[in-house]
Amino acid sequence: MQSIHVDTFDDWRDAARRLLASGVSPTDVQWIGGAERSLFDDAPSPTAAEHGGRGTTPSVPKAFLELARYVACHRESGRWSLLYRTLWRLTHGERHLLQVTTDDDVHQLMQMRKGVSRDIHKMKAFVRFRKLETGGAEEQFVAWHRPDHRIVRLAAPFFARRFGGMHWSILTPDESVTWDQTSLHYGPGVPASEAPNQDALEDLWKAYYASIFNPARVKVAAMKREMPVRHWPTLPEATLIDDLLRQAPARADAMIQTNEGFAETAAHFMPERGDLVSLRLAAANCRACPLHQCATQTVFGEGSPSARIVLVGEQPGDREDIQGHPFVGPAGKLLDEALKHAGIERREVYITNVVKHFKFKETETPRGKRRLHQKPDSREIYACRPWLEAELAAIGPQVIVCLGATAAQALFGRDFAITKDRGNVMRTDWCDITIATWHPAAILRMQDASRQTQMRTQLVEDLTSVK
Amino acid sequence: MDVRDKLTVLADAAKYDASCASSGSKTTRPGSTIGSTEGMGICHSYTPDGRCVSLLKILLTNYCIYDCQYCVNRISSDTPRARFTVDEVVSLTMEFYKRNYIEGLFLSSGIIQTSDYTMEQLIAVAKKLRTEQRYGGYIHLKTIPNASQSLIEEAGLWADRLSVNIELPTEGDLYKLAPEKKKPQIEGAMAGIRNKIDETKQEQKAGFKPPRFTPAGQSTQMIVGATDTPDVEVLKTASQLYSLQNLRRVYYSAYSPIPHADARLPGQSPPLVREHRLYQADWLIRFYGFDASEIVAEADQNLSLDIDPKLAWSLANRHYFPVDVNKASREELLRVPGIGARNVKRILNIRRFQSLASGDMKKLRVAWNRAKFFVLTADHNPALLNLDKLDLRAKAKPKTKQLLLFDAASSALSGEV
Repeated sequence: MQSIHVDTFDDWRDAARRLLASGVSPTDVQWIGGAERSLFDDAPSPTAAEHGGRGTTPSVPKAFLELARYVACHRESGRWSLLYRTLWRLTHGERHLLQVTTDDDVHQLMQMRKGVSRDIHKMKAFVRFRKLETGGAEEQFVAWHRPDHRIVRLAAPFFARRFGGMHWSILTPDESVTWDQTSLHYGPGVPASEAPNQDALEDLWKAYYASIFNPARVKVAAMKREMPVRHWPTLPEATLIDDLLRQAPARADAMIQTNEGFAETAAHFMPERGDLVSLRLAAANCRACPLHQCATQTVFGEGSPSARIVLVGEQPGDREDIQGHPFVGPAGKLLDEALKHAGIERREVYITNVVKHFKFKETETPRGKRRLHQKPDSREIYACRPWLEAELAAIGPQVIVCLGATAAQALFGRDFAITKDRGNVMRTDWCDITIATWHPAAILRMQDASRQTQMRTQLVEDLTSVK
Repeated sequence: MDVRDKLTVLADAAKYDASCASSGSKTTRPGSTIGSTEGMGICHSYTPDGRCVSLLKILLTNYCIYDCQYCVNRISSDTPRARFTVDEVVSLTMEFYKRNYIEGLFLSSGIIQTSDYTMEQLIAVAKKLRTEQRYGGYIHLKTIPNASQSLIEEAGLWADRLSVNIELPTEGDLYKLAPEKKKPQIEGAMAGIRNKIDETKQEQKAGFKPPRFTPAGQSTQMIVGATDTPDVEVLKTASQLYSLQNLRRVYYSAYSPIPHADARLPGQSPPLVREHRLYQADWLIRFYGFDASEIVAEADQNLSLDIDPKLAWSLANRHYFPVDVNKASREELLRVPGIGARNVKRILNIRRFQSLASGDMKKLRVAWNRAKFFVLTADHNPALLNLDKLDLRAKAKPKTKQLLLFDAASSALSGEV
C-alpha cells in the first residue's frame, strides 16, 4: 500500500498516469487530498516518480478526462481513489464503463460531476459585482462568492469571456481571481470582510426585484430549491424576501378585489328579439356604464330598418340628449346638407352613434351653465358597442360610413388614423364597404376657413362615393 | 419621475410576460466587449413566486392606445403610467449587466402614437446597445402588433430573439378580448420573421456571411384561462405554430388577476397547475413525438389537473403497455410515464452492454413510482400486475396535492407551499 498526496487535477493525473503505467492496482494506493493531510504528512510519500514510467499509458476516453477534471474540484475526500479505480477499470477491460451510468462508481462520479457543474452554474448566476469607487478612469468591479467546491478555475474563463472589457476580481474563501482585460491571475483565498460591501446600483436592482415579483403566485420552496439559502448573504435582493412574502397575501387580495372595469356591458341588457323596435326599448333602460346617470335619455339610432347605408357618429350631443334623436343639433344640420349634396335622402339611411348616452362636463359661463361635450373613453365605447353591433346585425347594411375617429376606431381598431385612411373603402366584420370620413362636428370646430371648406367638400365626396 | 420610480412601474407592468429564456444564441456577437451568449442561459435570481430573474424585463412604456381586455396596460385601465427614454434603458441594461444581475434585456412596450413609432423606439435601444456599448449579451424584443415588416427585419439584426404574441389561443378569443388584434396579422408577422430566418440560413449554407438575424429564433406567448377555450385548442394552436412558423418556444401564461381587471374576465385565475400541465404537454409535443389531439384525454377537452399528461395518456392507452426497457425502441420508451428523454438516451446506451433491472431504473432516477406500472425489466416487476386494474390511476397518481393559487397566497406567511 502506498500513499499519494494530491491537491489538484494535474497532480492526480501525473500520479495516476505513472501508477497505471506501473500496473499498480487501485487497492494498493491510498490517495490523500490536501485537506486530509495527517500526522504522517512529513514523511515523504513515495511519489509517482519513484515508480518510474514503465511501459506506455493506455489511451483513456476523452470523456473520462473531462469528467475527472470536474470531479477533481469536488470537496469529497474519496474522489481521487474513486477516479483512479474508474481509470483502472476503463483500462482493464471495461472500456465502455462510462456509458453504464447504473454502475456504482460511475453513478457516484456522475453525481459528483453534477454537484460541481451545479456549483459552477450557481457561481455564474450569483456572483454579484460591486463597483469600487476608486476615482480612476478605469472601472473596477469586485465580487465575493462562496462556492461549495473548488471551482474558481473552472468558472473564471466564463467571466473573462463575458466581462472582457472590464477590470474585475472574484474573491472566494479558497482562491481569488482577477481579470485585467488580458489575462486571468489567480491568488489566495480572501475572507468576506475584505470585499466591498455596497454598490450604488443595488437600490435600483432591489426596486426591480420587488416589482417583477408577482404576489399572486407564491412558491417559496421552488425559489429555495433554485436559489439555495446559503447564497443569500451575498445577494443584495435576498434581504427583501421576507417583506415581499409578508405583503404578498394583502397584495394578491388587492389585485383581485380592485375592479375598475364596468360590471356590465350592453350585452347584459340585450332583449331576446333582435329587431330594432325591441332593441330601442331595451336600450332605453341600459345601465351598463355610468353615462346614463347624467344624460337625459338614451339616444338610439333612427332611420329605415332596411337602410342600405348606416351612418355611425360618436355620441349624442346636448341637443340630441334633450330631444332624444340623433344628429338634430348643429352637426346634424351640417350632415343633412352634406347628404343633400351627395344626393342621399336622410329617410333612406339609418343614423346612429357608437355611444348612446351624452357625455359632458358642466361648466359655469357668464350666461349660465353649459354642458360641454366630452369624448367617451374606451371603456364606455366598449360597454356600449353591443348596441351598435345589434343595430348593424338587424339592418345588414351594404355600406357603413363612420363619422369621425371615434366611430372609425370602434369599427376598425385603435390603430386607425382618420387623417390617413379617410375615404378609403375597407372591409370590416360588419360590412364589406366600410369607410370613414369627417365628423360634421369636427368640421364645425375647424377654425381655418379654407380647411373647413375642404373638409366639407371631402365629406360630400365620401358620401357620394358610397351612394 | 426618476429612473427608480419608472423602473418600479415598468417592471411591474412586465411581470405578466412569461418569457425568461436567455438561451438559443450559440455564439457571442463578434466585436463585443461586455456580454456574452453561449448556449445555456443563466437565471441570476429567483423571486418568491418561484420564477427566475434572468433578464431585465421591462416595458419601454406602459401607455398604450390599445384596449386588450386581459392587459393591465390597456388604454382604459387607470394604472400608473411611465415612460423610459432610450438612453435610460441602455444605461440600466449595461449597469445591471456589468454587476452580473442579469443575463440580458427583454424589452416590450405599450403602443404609443403608432405601432411603427413604438417599434422604432425598441430598435433604437437594441441598436445603441450593440453599436455604441458593444454589448454582446442577450436581447429579446417583443415586436409591436401591426409594425411594418421592414422594422421587424431591422429589429432582428440587433436582437437575439423576437417574439410576436399570439395572445389568445383562438381567433374567437381574440375577437372577444383583443378586438384590435387579428390572427392573420399576427401570423403574418411571424411568417415574416420565419422567412427572414430561413433566408439567412440558406445564405449561410451557400457560403455567404449574412448579418446575424435573431440567432435565438422567435417565440410567442399565449394567455390561458381568460376565456373558456379548452386545452386541446390551446395545444393545437401551439403545435401549428411550431410546425408552420418554426417557433422555438410557446409560453403559456395563466391569466392572473390583474389590477382593474375587466368584469367580463373570470374573477379568479385558473390554478397555476393548468399552466404547468400545458408546459408538460407542450414538451410532449416537441420532444416526445406526441400529437396535440392525442394528449388530451378528458371529456371536457382539458388536461387532467391531478396527473401529468403523459400518465393520463398512458392510463387511457393501456394496450400500448407494458414496454420492455431492454427491447423497446426509442419512440416506445419515450411514451413511458416517469421516464424522460435524457433517461431514454441513457437506457439505450446502457443496454448495449448490460440489461436493466428495476434497481437500475431507480438508480437512473426515473420516476419509478409511475414508471413501474408500465415497464418490463430484466427482473420480476410485481407492479406490472396493476396494469389492468381499475384503480391504477389512484395508485400511479403522485401523493402530494398541488396547491391552488389562493392556497399558495395564504401559505406565503408560513413560507410553506
